[in-house]
Amino acid sequence: MFTRGLKRKCVGHEEDMEGALAGLKTVSSYSLQRQSLLDMSLVKLQLCHMLVEPNLCRSVLIANTVRQIQEEMTQDGTWRSVTPQEAGRAPLDRLVSTEILCRSAWEQEGARPAPGLGDGHVQGPVSDLCPVTSAQAPRHPQSGIWELDSPREDRGGFHKSLDQIFETLETKNPGCMEELFSDVDSPYYDLDTVLTGMVGGARPGPCEGLEGLAPATPGPSSSCKSDLGELDHVVEILVET
Amino acid sequence: MGINYIDLDLFNPIQNISASRKQADIISTVEFNYSGDLLATGDKGGRVVIFQREQENKSRPHSRGEYNVYSTFQSHEPEFDYLKSLEIEEKINKIRWLPQQNAAHFLLSTNDKTIKLWKISERDKRAEGYNLKDEDGRLRDPFRITALRVPILKPMDLMVEASPRRIFANAHTYHINSISVNSDHETYLSADDLRINLWHLEITDRSFNIVDIKPANMEELTEVITAAEFHPHQCNVFVYSSSKGTIRLCDMRSSALCDRHSKFFEEPEDPSSRSFFSEIISSISDVKFSHSGRYMMSRDYLSVKVWDLNMESRPLETHQVHEYLRSKLCSLYENDCIFDKFECCWNGSDSAIMTGSYNNFFRMFDRDTRRDVTLEASRESSKPRASLKPRKVCTGGKRKKDEISVDSLDFNKKILHTAWHPADSVIAVAATNNLYIFQGKIN
Repeated sequence: MFTRGLKRKCVGHEEDMEGALAGLKTVSSYSLQRQSLLDMSLVKLQLCHMLVEPNLCRSVLIANTVRQIQEEMTQDGTWRSVTPQEAGRAPLDRLVSTEILCRSAWEQEGARPAPGLGDGHVQGPVSDLCPVTSAQAPRHPQSGIWELDSPREDRGGFHKSLDQIFETLETKNPGCMEELFSDVDSPYYDLDTVLTGMVGGARPGPCEGLEGLAPATPGPSSSCKSDLGELDHVVEILVET
Repeated sequence: MGINYIDLDLFNPIQNISASRKQADIISTVEFNYSGDLLATGDKGGRVVIFQREQENKSRPHSRGEYNVYSTFQSHEPEFDYLKSLEIEEKINKIRWLPQQNAAHFLLSTNDKTIKLWKISERDKRAEGYNLKDEDGRLRDPFRITALRVPILKPMDLMVEASPRRIFANAHTYHINSISVNSDHETYLSADDLRINLWHLEITDRSFNIVDIKPANMEELTEVITAAEFHPHQCNVFVYSSSKGTIRLCDMRSSALCDRHSKFFEEPEDPSSRSFFSEIISSISDVKFSHSGRYMMSRDYLSVKVWDLNMESRPLETHQVHEYLRSKLCSLYENDCIFDKFECCWNGSDSAIMTGSYNNFFRMFDRDTRRDVTLEASRESSKPRASLKPRKVCTGGKRKKDEISVDSLDFNKKILHTAWHPADSVIAVAATNNLYIFQGKIN
């Protein structure tokens, strides 16, 4: 990301650099958070409870959120195949102030195109983020926005984006599913249970359609239409149980 | 209805009825009957527990107003849908009482798919001296009967029996979220995510579909029904709310299928506060008519709004329940709390409203004085006959003594279900698997 090519700051230019850096961080922090939100939403849609019918209201609201994000990203021109991101997870029992995403779009319009924002706009998570990232730039090119309190450790977060998951579904046999997710040890999401249930095939569950989803998607292409088609498929699966 | 002024600061706990800590005992609905003498609760395990108010007794003055268990029965059992290979939960989503017409009490209880009409009746006499059977029930040998006698009724210990009188099944493809008894006392509606059906209480094999918002192509689905209720006096009018923050009022006289509303209530969005979560937090979780029928109240994630039925453009009043959560919406989305469905209720005179929040807090708003209070339903804070202490959530930097900071709130302790006695200053608050009953002082 942007921190990789950053040279060491010389003393005199520190303040200017911090301002520009902060502005850049505001811009890409927003994109990062938006991407995290998109990933999280797609995971939520995917995680149908195998035993009981999923809550339709919740699914519809999440699907609408995903559509909103995709629309905005399409307008931005930032809709492209995603690189592997570490979508970190905040500890469940602690709330982290996520002001950037929850700020109004109006403020964000102002924040996004102008990298030269002063410190006034940078508060909370971002300003905490700056010193951490620059110090650890070589080791941790991206810090998850979600965990600000604890140092950036290996939390076993998702190492593959959902597009890659779908790509893998297409190219590998179903038997490989378990291996694919064997490194994800997150009890919170419990993907293993869901996916092994899917692959088993003995009981058709609400997520069965996701198997059918794979051949239909042409992999992580940069065409946003196919990705939106993916979403429609997901919604279709959800609601046609 | 007999209440002139409620001192919101003086709610005293009169009872804390807690069940054991099993998952199945999580209370999922609370409802007073029309007189307020009976209080019904439904739980996640499909059980209904009915409490009855103690009569005023001069020899035991302190027990006035206490609610004791009157009847317990298993209303719904878990089922399995073989076609979809899915379980149907036995959790009771809603209970609605019917107005009392004779000595027995009737209520409707529903899970996701099936509505049942239950009759709760008392038996305090039994017949003795049958001719054809012994006292212990065994049939007597007819040849040994030499004389006839008339059976006589003798008093016995009060027994309360619940029996299912009607089962209204197989009418909902999606999950039932609301039931509402009509003011004609003959019909009722049931609403799921996409459809609303009208039933006659006597007829179980037929229901009329009065609202259907299912799109022809399910991929186009963007909005669901979240709650529905009949008008308290006009038997042809009902409202239903949606996940997009809208309320539609429909008149059944206009057409058989009420897909076109008579009135459409929606508050225009404030563009300056728009975020990715705007739609989710605008989703209405509950809608309730006032007792007078002039107003209605809607609950969305952060606020309660009071609407005048004659003004569709914007609500009459907006009361913030926990505005401090607005900056935490991302995390609340992640842990799914943003999808919690809080209910709301009116007091008997429509002068106050109540709704729940997190950390076992619940909020009451006095519409006349514009005062509001936050109270906590917990064992520690509810010593018998001591007033509840108002609570405060600290949002800014410095936390005052007795305040609790937003980050310390327990989001697993949510109060989704509350009920207000139809006449008196008595409230019932369900906190997970504990039921709290509080009594307010009336001036």
